[in-house]
Amino acid sequence: MDLIELTIKQTHEGLKSKKFTSVELTKSYLEKIKKSDLNAFISVTEDLALKQAVVADKKISSGDSDELTGIPCAIKDAILVEGQRCTAASKILENYIAPYDATVIKKLKEKGVVILGKTNLDEFTMGASGENSAFGATKNPYDKTRVVGGSSSGSAAAVAADESIYTLGSDTGGSIRQPSSFCGVVGLCPTYGAVSRYGLIAHASSLDQIGPITKTVEDAEIVFRAISGKDKMDATSTDYAYEKLDVGMKDLKIGVPKEYFAKGLDPEVEKIIRNVIKKAEDAGAKIQEVSLPSTEYALACYYIIGPSEISANLARLDGIRYGLSEGKKDLLDVYLKSRGHGFGAEVKRRIMIGTYCLSSGYYDAYYKKAQEVRQLVRRDFASVFGTVDLLFCPVSPFPAFKLGEKADDPLSMYLADIYTIPSKLAGLPGLSLPVGKTGDLPVGLQIIGNHFQENKILSIATELEKTVDNNS
Amino acid sequence: MISKEEVEHIAKLARLELTEKEIEKMQKDLTAILDYFNLLKKVARPLPAIPVAKGDLGAPRRDDVVSSHDIADELIAAFPDKKDDYIKVKAIF
Repeated sequence: MDLIELTIKQTHEGLKSKKFTSVELTKSYLEKIKKSDLNAFISVTEDLALKQAVVADKKISSGDSDELTGIPCAIKDAILVEGQRCTAASKILENYIAPYDATVIKKLKEKGVVILGKTNLDEFTMGASGENSAFGATKNPYDKTRVVGGSSSGSAAAVAADESIYTLGSDTGGSIRQPSSFCGVVGLCPTYGAVSRYGLIAHASSLDQIGPITKTVEDAEIVFRAISGKDKMDATSTDYAYEKLDVGMKDLKIGVPKEYFAKGLDPEVEKIIRNVIKKAEDAGAKIQEVSLPSTEYALACYYIIGPSEISANLARLDGIRYGLSEGKKDLLDVYLKSRGHGFGAEVKRRIMIGTYCLSSGYYDAYYKKAQEVRQLVRRDFASVFGTVDLLFCPVSPFPAFKLGEKADDPLSMYLADIYTIPSKLAGLPGLSLPVGKTGDLPVGLQIIGNHFQENKILSIATELEKTVDNNS
Repeated sequence: MISKEEVEHIAKLARLELTEKEIEKMQKDLTAILDYFNLLKKVARPLPAIPVAKGDLGAPRRDDVVSSHDIADELIAAFPDKKDDYIKVKAIF
């Protein structure tokens, strides 16, 4: 088996038993990245990676190693790695050097990981296809004429194409789960508050969450365990220690939300998802149809709350303290030109929507209304989790679409996140598990759990992973 | 349809310089998106009050203690325009 096809556990065993070194491993990955035409990376941090690999090899030799020591990973280019460029895939931050490590990076560095590079994304994590990057779209490894999904586009593609063992992504409305589904990899969006966002370039702070994208469920668990927990630099992070759980299918009540199987769902995707649900039932799980009546409002609610927060969060990019600075006349000219020239079309669109929704005379009709509807969405989930343990549904209504197909129609692009947004509004954890293919294109099952029940999600995903055949 | 003037007004509030072409596209896109938001007018169920002071996760507080981060040099290095350790900005008027 090729070195770069191994999982974290397998690689760790190989390193420990001296079958290969972290330097050899790192070089293999760097070579693979260089040969690739997927455009999964914005920056390759070769010097940093090789330095870290040397240190890791010493650590492993001295017996002081962890499961992640010496394991190469890649980081979404919206998460700061000290001394490295961090662009958020935007021209406005094209030459921005991160002054400090994000908390998740600090935690990974303490374990002695190797950082191969920074992965491509939709600009400022806004998008569902990867096409909104100022540095070009990432191509889907399963079909290069198709998108990888977004916004963690490069993070999902890199894992699928063996350009990294695992990656970190971030999810605001589906940005970990949807590209993971399109690329046939495992993506975990943790509970809001489970992982510190300190050092993640903010998109919408009431929704943003960092999580792992991996080859297997076991790998997702290893990375999640390493990055989660309370951080004094992020007041929304909670004191939460992950505890492994082994639940059997027989002890489990799975809810199937009927609103997620309505009009617009690709029949092939539906067949694959229904088939996995049947498998869970055959293994002893109780399946129950449930209703989340506010589902139809969730997308509108999200596209008011998200952009409203964006319009405030991105105000910091003003050409004064860092990033692109243009304009000569006066201060206002600097603001207008730096932002006008620095931001791409989708970011501008969302800033405009948010500014509109928060502006005088419109606040009650849009922002306040959306906040109220958000409470309804939360209530729906709270009531459903009173009777079931987990929810099973598709991640996306369709598999990876063609590059350019939705690029000119923002509303149809927004609909790509219709199944990942509602649970996000409720701050719930969700995982995308590859469960089959339609033609050549992977399809992901979404497993949604109650707050801080990542362990239940991961336990059942591990069970299911053994029963599905992703090669057919 | 949102008017050109409305788009220009919002763009000014948002501190975004837009080209004529961008304004035209923005008119079309914002109109479609805002129309879609009308869906929320259909919400029939009584709307719950928004929790004001206390979220579901509680209201986290920390002690008001100054701590050092030692990244001043890196932050200064990022200034687009500076004199010594000060940010240089254009005049307001």
